[in-house]
Amino acid sequence: MNLIEKILAKASRKREVHPGDIVEAEVSKAMANDITAPLAIISFKKMNGKKVWDKEKVILVIDHLSPASSEESAELHKAMREFAEEQTLKYFYDVGRGGVCHQVMVEKHVTPGDVIVGADSHTTTYGALGAFSTGIGSTEIASVWLTGKLWFKVPEAIKILFHGKLTEHVYPKDVILFTIGQLGADGATYKCVNFSGDTIRNMDIEGRLTLCNMVVEMGGKNGIVEPDKKLYKYLGIENIEAWRDDEDAEYHKTLEYDASQLEPMIACPPAVDNVMPISKVEGTEIDQALIGSCTNGRLSDLRVAAKILKNRKVKRGVRALVVPASQEVYKNALQEKLIETFIKSEVMVCNPNCGPCYGGHLGLLAQGEVCVSSSNRNFIGRMGSSKAQVYLASPAVVAASAIKGKISHPASVKV
Amino acid sequence: MKITGKTIKYDDNVNTDVIIPGKYLTSTDPYELAKHAMEGLDPEFTEKVKTRTIIVAGLNFGCGSSREQAPLALKQSGVKCILAEGFARIFYRNAINLALPVLECKGASTKVKDGDELSIDLKSGLVQNFSSKEILKFKPMPDFLFKILDKGLIEYMRQRVRNEV
Repeated sequence: MNLIEKILAKASRKREVHPGDIVEAEVSKAMANDITAPLAIISFKKMNGKKVWDKEKVILVIDHLSPASSEESAELHKAMREFAEEQTLKYFYDVGRGGVCHQVMVEKHVTPGDVIVGADSHTTTYGALGAFSTGIGSTEIASVWLTGKLWFKVPEAIKILFHGKLTEHVYPKDVILFTIGQLGADGATYKCVNFSGDTIRNMDIEGRLTLCNMVVEMGGKNGIVEPDKKLYKYLGIENIEAWRDDEDAEYHKTLEYDASQLEPMIACPPAVDNVMPISKVEGTEIDQALIGSCTNGRLSDLRVAAKILKNRKVKRGVRALVVPASQEVYKNALQEKLIETFIKSEVMVCNPNCGPCYGGHLGLLAQGEVCVSSSNRNFIGRMGSSKAQVYLASPAVVAASAIKGKISHPASVKV
Repeated sequence: MKITGKTIKYDDNVNTDVIIPGKYLTSTDPYELAKHAMEGLDPEFTEKVKTRTIIVAGLNFGCGSSREQAPLALKQSGVKCILAEGFARIFYRNAINLALPVLECKGASTKVKDGDELSIDLKSGLVQNFSSKEILKFKPMPDFLFKILDKGLIEYMRQRVRNEV
């Protein structure tokens, strides 16, 4: 079996599972946020749910509209607070206590071999930590709150091997944008995507999180990177169980790419698979630059951006936003004086939240405006007006573009 | 179980951001959500759906976010069934959980036109196109999914809770 089959077999108490099998798996943790939990709470009550199956495994995070952006969102948050209180949930991350749900999960709640469901599509992120994790909807997560179990079809798996060293200015975001461009928006639908090869082995954990995060943008059910020593060190845990592919593990298909040939990539509006090398769109004028989100709002992303922005200012007429992915990231960025750099560069540093990325709260776009963003979707109307345009790129490209006022290669800014 | 009606047709990759834009996610009210269904893609949708209740689409329908508000908005606006070449997995599960039939049908995008009148038999997997006189086939969903689709996941779980007590 491959790693994911082994995780699903264990969680469903079977010796072996095969792609296509329907299994009922025990869920290790179930996460929901402020645009999915309120509907789930309604469904849970309608199901005659009284108590959640395990108050230490139901995790609620306020992040999409944090702090409350309107009376309506304040009501959503109130419903979550009341539910957390009534159910005596151990982990409820209110405003100021967590940040973007996936970052909070990564910092505190993921162990290799876990089966994690989240009422948010980017739940695929935790595959970088060796978990089977996938997104579900509100009513479905309510059923998990009730039973602690969920049915899954064991996915076929695609193995994607990357070889070679990434050149200067090329980051994990470029690797995943390239991959999505190759496979297309439904190129991995229903499938598990395993990232392997020496490029991935040499990549830091935060980079692997970016890869697994965006697997859903090509339809993937989950992403996975085989746990290694680097991961166990990052998590600060002993290697209690070796989660790896068996020697005879099977894959639906295997793809191989030379990572050393990649250049900075960009996903052009209005589709995430509309990917091209930055050279094709360099010079496109921008109105806003966003560094943040569950894809690229971590400390390593902020470091890259700060290095480029240091002693420079955001171009007149352009506004730049930095949104640390969590309170923890924010605190560390403060200690490393990255926040000071951003402020001196005239960047607006926002509180940890998801708002601008999905057009719900803060930093929205007006008609005709163009944004270059380190986030994960560029669909029509994603960040505000349906007549605005969003380009997706690495934090390095976003930072360089903010200085120049147009889409720019990071090499164009000497650091 | 048969569904009949006229079609509204869309292309590949209809995403959840156009089905229900993020700015409306402060609402959990199905009636409010239905007012804005498909707003990002087709401003005339709410008018069309008054007389045409089957959506036909290409690949990867419902890609993007996990927002259940997307199938909820479509169902509340009057959509009875979605026939597509393929679905994104979270949307697919969400729709079934809300008792909205979603059917993967090869040929949906090439053999059905906007406005065609269809009769769809969920159990046998046959689609009759009265307009073109053609018949399309799809693989009926497995029994356990049918049980959820029948009245939706809420009712399914209510019964499960009742049986366990």
